[in-house]
Amino acid sequence: MTKTVTDVVCPFCGTLCDDLEVVVSDDGKDLLEVYNACAIGAEKFLHSQAKDRITRPRMRQEDGSWKEISYDEAAEYTARILADAKKPLMYGWSSTNCEAQSIGSEIGEAVGAVMDNTATVCHGTSLIAVQDIGIPSCTLGEVKNRADRILFWGCNPAHAHPRHMSRYSIFPRGFFTGKGHAGRKIIVVDPRVTDTAHVADVHLQIEQGHDYELLDAFRVAFKGEKLPDFVAGIPKEKIYEVAETLKSGRFAIIFFGMGVTQSIGKNHNIDAAIAVTRDLNEYTKAAIMPMRGHYNVTGSGQVWGWQFGFPFAVDLSRGFARYNPGETTSNDLLRRDEVDAVFVLGSDPGAHFPFSSVKKIYNLPSVAIDPHETPTTEVCKVHVPVAFVGVEVGGCAYRMDNVPIETRKVVDAPEGMMTDEEFLKRVFARVKAIKGV
Amino acid sequence: MAEYLIKNGFVFDPVLGIRGDAADIAIKDGKIVETSAVKSPKVIDAAGKTVMAGGVDIHAHVAGPKVNIGRNFRPEDKLFNCKPGHGIERMQGGFSVPTTIRTGYDYAHMGYTTVMEAAMPPLYARHTHEEMRDTPILDQGAYPVFGNNWFVLEYLKNHEIENTAAYIAWLLRATKGYAVKVVNPGGTEAWAWGLNCENIHDPVPYFDITPAQIVKGLIEANEYLGLPHSMHVHANNLGTPGNYQTTLDTFKLSEGIKPNSKFGRDQVMHHTHVQFHSYGGEGFNFESKAPEIMDYVNTHDNITIDLGCVTLDETTTMTADGPFEHHLTELNHLKWANADVELETAAGVVPFVYSANNKANAVQWCIGLELGLLAKDFMRVFLTTDHPNAGPFIRYPRIMKWLMSQEARDQQFDAFKHKDKVIEATNLAGMDRELDLYEIAQMTRAGPAKSLGLAHMYGGLAPGLDGDVAIFDFNPNEPYAPDDIEKAFGNARHLFKSGVQVISDHEIASNGNKRTLWVNAKVNENPQVMRDVKEKFLRYYTVTLNNYEVAGHHYVPNPYVIEVDATQ
Amino acid sequence: MTMAIRVNLITGRTIQQGVAMEAGKEKPAYTTACGIIELDPADFKKLGTFRSTNVRVTSNHGSVVVKAVEATQGPHPGVAYIPMGPWANMIVNPNTYSTGMPTFKGVPVEVDVAKNEPVLSSLELVRKGCRGELA
Repeated sequence: MTKTVTDVVCPFCGTLCDDLEVVVSDDGKDLLEVYNACAIGAEKFLHSQAKDRITRPRMRQEDGSWKEISYDEAAEYTARILADAKKPLMYGWSSTNCEAQSIGSEIGEAVGAVMDNTATVCHGTSLIAVQDIGIPSCTLGEVKNRADRILFWGCNPAHAHPRHMSRYSIFPRGFFTGKGHAGRKIIVVDPRVTDTAHVADVHLQIEQGHDYELLDAFRVAFKGEKLPDFVAGIPKEKIYEVAETLKSGRFAIIFFGMGVTQSIGKNHNIDAAIAVTRDLNEYTKAAIMPMRGHYNVTGSGQVWGWQFGFPFAVDLSRGFARYNPGETTSNDLLRRDEVDAVFVLGSDPGAHFPFSSVKKIYNLPSVAIDPHETPTTEVCKVHVPVAFVGVEVGGCAYRMDNVPIETRKVVDAPEGMMTDEEFLKRVFARVKAIKGV
Repeated sequence: MAEYLIKNGFVFDPVLGIRGDAADIAIKDGKIVETSAVKSPKVIDAAGKTVMAGGVDIHAHVAGPKVNIGRNFRPEDKLFNCKPGHGIERMQGGFSVPTTIRTGYDYAHMGYTTVMEAAMPPLYARHTHEEMRDTPILDQGAYPVFGNNWFVLEYLKNHEIENTAAYIAWLLRATKGYAVKVVNPGGTEAWAWGLNCENIHDPVPYFDITPAQIVKGLIEANEYLGLPHSMHVHANNLGTPGNYQTTLDTFKLSEGIKPNSKFGRDQVMHHTHVQFHSYGGEGFNFESKAPEIMDYVNTHDNITIDLGCVTLDETTTMTADGPFEHHLTELNHLKWANADVELETAAGVVPFVYSANNKANAVQWCIGLELGLLAKDFMRVFLTTDHPNAGPFIRYPRIMKWLMSQEARDQQFDAFKHKDKVIEATNLAGMDRELDLYEIAQMTRAGPAKSLGLAHMYGGLAPGLDGDVAIFDFNPNEPYAPDDIEKAFGNARHLFKSGVQVISDHEIASNGNKRTLWVNAKVNENPQVMRDVKEKFLRYYTVTLNNYEVAGHHYVPNPYVIEVDATQ
Repeated sequence: MTMAIRVNLITGRTIQQGVAMEAGKEKPAYTTACGIIELDPADFKKLGTFRSTNVRVTSNHGSVVVKAVEATQGPHPGVAYIPMGPWANMIVNPNTYSTGMPTFKGVPVEVDVAKNEPVLSSLELVRKGCRGELA
């Protein structure tokens, strides 16, 4: 006999779909089938069942081999490198629940760490822009129920947020959007003819790296002012046309991604995109939303927000919270040799940081807490495998529109494995003992 | 638990009717008890000091999504005010939108022990609860917003009170909410299309219902259920010159409705931050209509209000009144965040600088204080700043000073750049009333506790009430300068919360045992409402019904549930 | 005769990258999904080589061997695409220009045919890179 768990929340991307159905064995130990998920989400659930999964902490030996250690030994090592460091980096926090993030904050306070999350290489520049200009936004249900103008700028949900288009943005029929896709105009701005661009009414194939110019051109076009013949490779007629399309809608939404946050201009690109949204509110209703990547990167920004006042790059090393992107951000700290220990949880900087930063981690006391074997575990001194949040343990996660949803446990973790939260509690206890607090 | 005997303090307690006489207060097992009931108490010498119950804040924005937007998008709010952790205190930061940790400690330092979060978007209830969980010491509850909720709009369009009540009961349970909050009724739904409702008869786009119908219907549904608190409203047209008429129109919707509650309150409407709703004139010629407003309040005992005093600080405005925040960013051109919430509500956040050099801001300052000084019954008129909208809550002691001292008010008048014009547009300069500490205790303790339906727990020092007691370094029988008031009431010498000493000699001594208050109202089974709920989640929400309810220890680790039976 | 070409490199998510990553970054499928560079047909012509040829991609910041494949989301002549991952990160511009954000997109690179050089697996790549064992 099997049983089906409904309303399962997918712990992959910021879309945080909560309508998955997962079939598990009667004893709750085996996960058999996954319904409603995208290819990536399904793989995430199924991979938790891999027979070759690493289930015990391990420590790198002199000769490069791994030696299995106990969770207590792993907690001791982790507490020790954090407590001994002058300025440890505690990075990641995006693929875990808010409860683990919260304990992490307390550890960070106790040891004077720099806390940074994956926004630092994702939407950190968006967070900076919001501090400059604010952000008129909404929940995804507002998009579903009202939006008739959808603009994807430098993002490719067909690949990165596979169910976004069907659940929220392009296809769903909502309260005031009974015609679904037919009632909406879809615009894509991207230097490539992406799979998302294929579903669009208009694709503006912008010259890579010229987003700021084109965004500004829209602000000019809204006001009916003069434009040069081409901006960012787009003919001005097209810009006027799209500007008119946006203005004539009842509810316009701009979704943006790494195309604007990681290209040259960085936060200034987002400033301009938000200014476009503000301008549109003079003519109609408009909102803008970052397409957040990890399923709970948003949550870590929220937890740090209410505990420290800043959404990423929080330096606690002086005893109080400081924030200065470019200085207190992970890659800058690593490149400048300003941290002396590295703790990673719920992220894979080994794969997703520029290699020059990865090499620095390799040369420092380091621990990676991650269910997977990853390039990060490959370069760290200790690897602590843990239960998958959202699969083997529940907890709170925040969707890309900041809506908090309680993830569900669907199967048991392999015998004897700890969760992030349990392991961190053990580390915290050790830190307190070492620090005598 | 330890026993305490607070000896010889000058006690101000409206519940016991003590007006500054020296008296002893005893605490045992978390409650106030008769002094004879403690055997070997720890004695606190309060001679020459002022003793009051713990303060109760009926309306502040201290936890939840829009508060956190304010924190995260204003790094400048943390400039020069971060405090390292020490002992049991964690790190703190922020001025107008402090971190949750600082929020708890700063309220405690003012002698406050209970603080209600004034607007919780139901879809974000988990977030609100997580923040309250991480706010030390204080007992808290949160008001879910109902005034632009699609269920409510659809039911009340046809005046379906029983269905509205059943939905309210369901939502309070799902969100672990405390009371029925209404913000810009209908106007916030209109804002989803970039529009607004500008008076109580301005119809809501598509839904074909007026703000008047929403407010009146929610009062009736609230009384149908007999909830501890009344319907709690922020009326249409906030901040607009000439809006006092809308406010009076909103007040009048309560006429003829009697409270039906076992919790001891006498009002059926609480109107919040009335300062923002008491404007006459138009454009830049706006003026105080506090006398007109207070004439009404003083003569109608089924409403309570709070002031929403402007404190003349740089602050962060935040409200579920989405169109108002858009108006504000157009006005001051500072950064603007907006967060519309599917089927339920919206929120906006904009920094704002209230300046003594700005005539309008000075007039606002006058209006808030006028409302207080014109009040006849301080059990119905409460001190707030609509934190952080008119100013941060840490300014409560300063407002006490202004209310208690004409000299302090005159000093502020002298600091205004447009003093003469301000005096001309207001009434405050001619008022010589000075409130006393008994009246302050009514405005900050007994009054709000009663209005919330919590007079059986908070707001007084009678035996049986919770052991929430504040002791201030203030001797009312000796001469004092106005600033002494601000200093003393901003820095309690000792504070007890539920019988635990949380402040000892001005230092945080314990993080307390914070509780989250929520109301569990039982109603008769209502298949129609449950069918409507299922349908809306299936078709319009982006979370499933089964993922909506706030459940679990990590959101509400220490609940205090108030049961209401409305099945009869 | 082949000759090196200069293109503008961008990186990012593909669904194959996402699936392979969740299936395990130590597995060959991850290399297949991410140890590649997507080139426009016009650029292949300039490079003068067949699809599925190993190439060496070099920037001011590093160098890496990946397999050249035809753009799946083109045409985008002059723009090349490597899915996010350790291979791309060998050559992206790590400078954050005081924003915290490395410059992952818009990196000028040179692509040259490297038929006889292998595409390393992700773990091998970072391990050898850290130990200074890369060519």
